[in-house]
Amino acid sequence: MKRLLLAAMALFSLAVAPAGAEERFITLASTTSTEQSGLFGHLLPAFKAETGIEVRVVAVGTGQALKLGERGDADALLVHDRAGEDKFVAEGFGIDRRDVMYNDFVVVGPASDPAGIKGGKDAVAAFAKIAVAKAPFASRGDDSGTHRSELRLWKKAEVDVKAGGGWYRELGAGMGPTLNTAAGMNAYALADRGTWASFKNRQSLAILVEGDRALFNPYGSILVNPEKHKAVKVADAKAWHLWLTGPKGQAAIASFKIDGEQLFFGDAK
Amino acid sequence: MRAPDTILPLELDRVGFAAGERALLDNISLRLEAGVRTVILGPNGAGKSLLLRLCHGLLTPSAGSVRWSGAAEGEPVRRRQAMVFQRPVLLRRSAVANVRYVLALRGVPWRRRGPLAMEALERFGLAPLAPRPARVLSGGEQQRLALARAWAAGPDVLFLDEPTSALDPAAALSVEMAVQEFHASGTKIVMTTHDLGQARRLADEVVFLSHGRLVEHAPAAEFFKGPKSAQARAFLAGELVC
Amino acid sequence: MSDLSQALSVALDLVLTLDPQMLGIVRLSVQVSGLAVLLAGLIGLPLGAVLALSAFPGRGAVVVMLNAFMGLPPVVVGLGVYLLLSRAGPLGEAGLLFTPTAMVMAQTLLVLPIVAALARQVVADLWEEYGEQLRSLGVSGVGRLVTLLWDGRFSLLTAILAGFGRAAAEVGAVMIVGGNIKGVTRTMTTTIALETSKGDLPLAMGLGLILIALVTLVNAGVFLMGQWARRRMG
Repeated sequence: MKRLLLAAMALFSLAVAPAGAEERFITLASTTSTEQSGLFGHLLPAFKAETGIEVRVVAVGTGQALKLGERGDADALLVHDRAGEDKFVAEGFGIDRRDVMYNDFVVVGPASDPAGIKGGKDAVAAFAKIAVAKAPFASRGDDSGTHRSELRLWKKAEVDVKAGGGWYRELGAGMGPTLNTAAGMNAYALADRGTWASFKNRQSLAILVEGDRALFNPYGSILVNPEKHKAVKVADAKAWHLWLTGPKGQAAIASFKIDGEQLFFGDAK
Repeated sequence: MRAPDTILPLELDRVGFAAGERALLDNISLRLEAGVRTVILGPNGAGKSLLLRLCHGLLTPSAGSVRWSGAAEGEPVRRRQAMVFQRPVLLRRSAVANVRYVLALRGVPWRRRGPLAMEALERFGLAPLAPRPARVLSGGEQQRLALARAWAAGPDVLFLDEPTSALDPAAALSVEMAVQEFHASGTKIVMTTHDLGQARRLADEVVFLSHGRLVEHAPAAEFFKGPKSAQARAFLAGELVC
Repeated sequence: MSDLSQALSVALDLVLTLDPQMLGIVRLSVQVSGLAVLLAGLIGLPLGAVLALSAFPGRGAVVVMLNAFMGLPPVVVGLGVYLLLSRAGPLGEAGLLFTPTAMVMAQTLLVLPIVAALARQVVADLWEEYGEQLRSLGVSGVGRLVTLLWDGRFSLLTAILAGFGRAAAEVGAVMIVGGNIKGVTRTMTTTIALETSKGDLPLAMGLGLILIALVTLVNAGVFLMGQWARRRMG
């Protein structure tokens, strides 16, 4: 029965597949922030021109990206949550984690700035002020890398966001939707610089705090462990992994700019 | 085309039909022979249409039995009957396709369906309308098409349930002529009507029902000249019979 | 108002310049939703007719379930298909996750209850009218099914259209099983969701207008065809 079903599906997919479909590809699970910044539009054509391998990006939160890797639905990951990445590798789902690049987070908020954090260089202090002022804060709330970083900042500021009070709003949304919502309700938010730079619907939002070491946002590349899932395209995924962390990939990352501003900084060793 | 043997006579043995507690037909025993045009008469609500449906096998009696020359109802005898309803139900396709539909149903080979269908249409004056969609024909034309469809099936017996009650006089007349065609070709006619003139023109014998009971079953001439029962006399005199 | 007029000009611009990327996205959307509706029709029309014409214990429960499933949440269907097609799932070895095929499967499941439930209603209503005549003619079970489906073809078109509308409009299922991969599984609705999340509201709305126009066009075409056919066939 199952065999029959599989055969039927294979036949059927022939009918659906666009003519001349690219056969050689890998699936990369990555984050909405990298996708929405436009970085992949810059990197992937260069990689394909060189190797002939198409990289299909499924952009989700880091939490979900790790889950996709765990189930074998991706061949490689490019994510940003060091603790989560290490756990992923330690549990045997991934191999060969490498540093790729970093960008940074920025604290954005309404121009009226009710918590008075503008111009500060200390993100933790700014978060504490927001909590004291009970000013609205829009949180991703989606277990993404950005969300996990945000929670670490609250912890350092010794603020218990679970205590409630109405000012802390968990949206359960990607970076873009969270910024849309923050703009709509004049809330503060933590955003990655890449998404912010390419985000168009800012309304009164502006960068209020930036440049703190605590806002450092490193990305890692991980190969999904082929021993867990036979179907993983290990050779092509490895080609991508090495290219990205090699000199060509690093140069491509450095040359990606929005309005003349470099967004990601390669730091592969 | 028609088998030499026939499924007639039709025998009803103490047939009853009840809807819940209410008996709509009660204890009807009747024998209908081939070659005779039977007209079922009776006041409204007497059970005429019901009796026709029981004979045709569209309904199952709650008591008694309906038998065709000794055989029970079933697919083989059903295929040798046809019924024309008060309002014809035609399929949303052309007139000729409606006839071909029945021919296909009766297992006529594909090649022969076209000529046979056209022959049936011609017989009832419908040949020029063959390619027209059946649903846009006039009421009389639709009823004639229903008859042509029945003709194509070549039934031993044709049931007609008030076939002209929704038609104007000219159309009604063409339907009566069509009924005569069937009779002339040897098909047994069983019809209900509330038009006494039509009954006089068509009937060889009359089955008179009242309140779900069989009151009279007599040759037409005899029935119209001198009905035996008071109800039938009142009915023929045009009184309101309750 | 300026937002909307901006969206309108973006939409016009995309259409008039025949933006190749947009054409690819529109083509994929139509292909996926069209195939899903075709499959749902092939399964759903006979299924609905069988439900209308047959009696079996539990039939009422099946009908209620079918009607309820007309409102299946796309995300839930998407998740279910994802779990099936995931490499760790029972059909993982087919390697269909994040392909248009997976999207067609998910949308077929979404559309199937709509087509089947509406077909059941249409066929049941027709049976009221045709039942005695078809039984009188001695039409068998399968024959009844085919005859009623064919004679209900104009009403059934509406069921198919309802299914197409739902498939073309949904984003939850295709997002999960397709992955919104650029150039591979990116449809109109997932593009709209993406552009919205990038804060490019005029572009998102512009694409939305194109989608609405497309669905309207399909409906108008079918409506006119139906009108013409109804006038001809009565």
